[in-house]
Amino acid sequence: MKINIKYFGQIAEVTNRDSEIIEVSAKTISELTDWIYLKFPDLKNKDFQVAQNQELVSIETKITGNEIALLPPFSGG
Amino acid sequence: MEHKKIKSVFKQGAISSEFIGESIAKHQSKTSIGAHNIFLGQVRADVINNKTISAIEYTAYEDMANIKFHDIREAAFEKFDLTCMHIYHSLGIVKAGEICLFVFVSAPRRKVVFKALEFIVEAIKADVPVFGKEIFEDDTHQWKTNT
Repeated sequence: MKINIKYFGQIAEVTNRDSEIIEVSAKTISELTDWIYLKFPDLKNKDFQVAQNQELVSIETKITGNEIALLPPFSGG
Repeated sequence: MEHKKIKSVFKQGAISSEFIGESIAKHQSKTSIGAHNIFLGQVRADVINNKTISAIEYTAYEDMANIKFHDIREAAFEKFDLTCMHIYHSLGIVKAGEICLFVFVSAPRRKVVFKALEFIVEAIKADVPVFGKEIFEDDTHQWKTNT
């Protein structure tokens, strides 16, 4: 499954890119984040939420969309 | 329910006092309004470990952020008797002392605008994926956290 994964703020600083298209067999967000931790071990120390198709989701959520974003704590305003 | 097009609330760079003044002036034809309330978020030159913040660089997950701003707007109109409301948030570099958030609510009566403005600003801080990189005078940085 091809996923467009987006990184923001301090997460993008760790991954050294804003986005990438990845091919994974992960069925859930949890499986996807495990895969991401293998690629970017330093993310284990970072606090982030995951959005699927622009909605925040829990780690048990099934992957149904093709746009996943890793979002560090919000700090607007 | 009428479908409203989702607008972008983002502006590149600081929000100028001229823009804010013009926004206020545009409401003079709306004579059912009895009260306005305005929130201006301004970049603070905090000093952390003897280093002073000179600017904040804002980035956002823009597609999701604009949906969230739209949801906050809909919720505010549902909850409060507002005549109109406007939200503008900066992207990119905003220097210390400059304005990065402008929220403007208007209603027939004053008590409504006090409550509505607090609701909207707190919702923006909690729910909208905007990220602030605090840049120090020596070009090092840290990531802003909302308190």
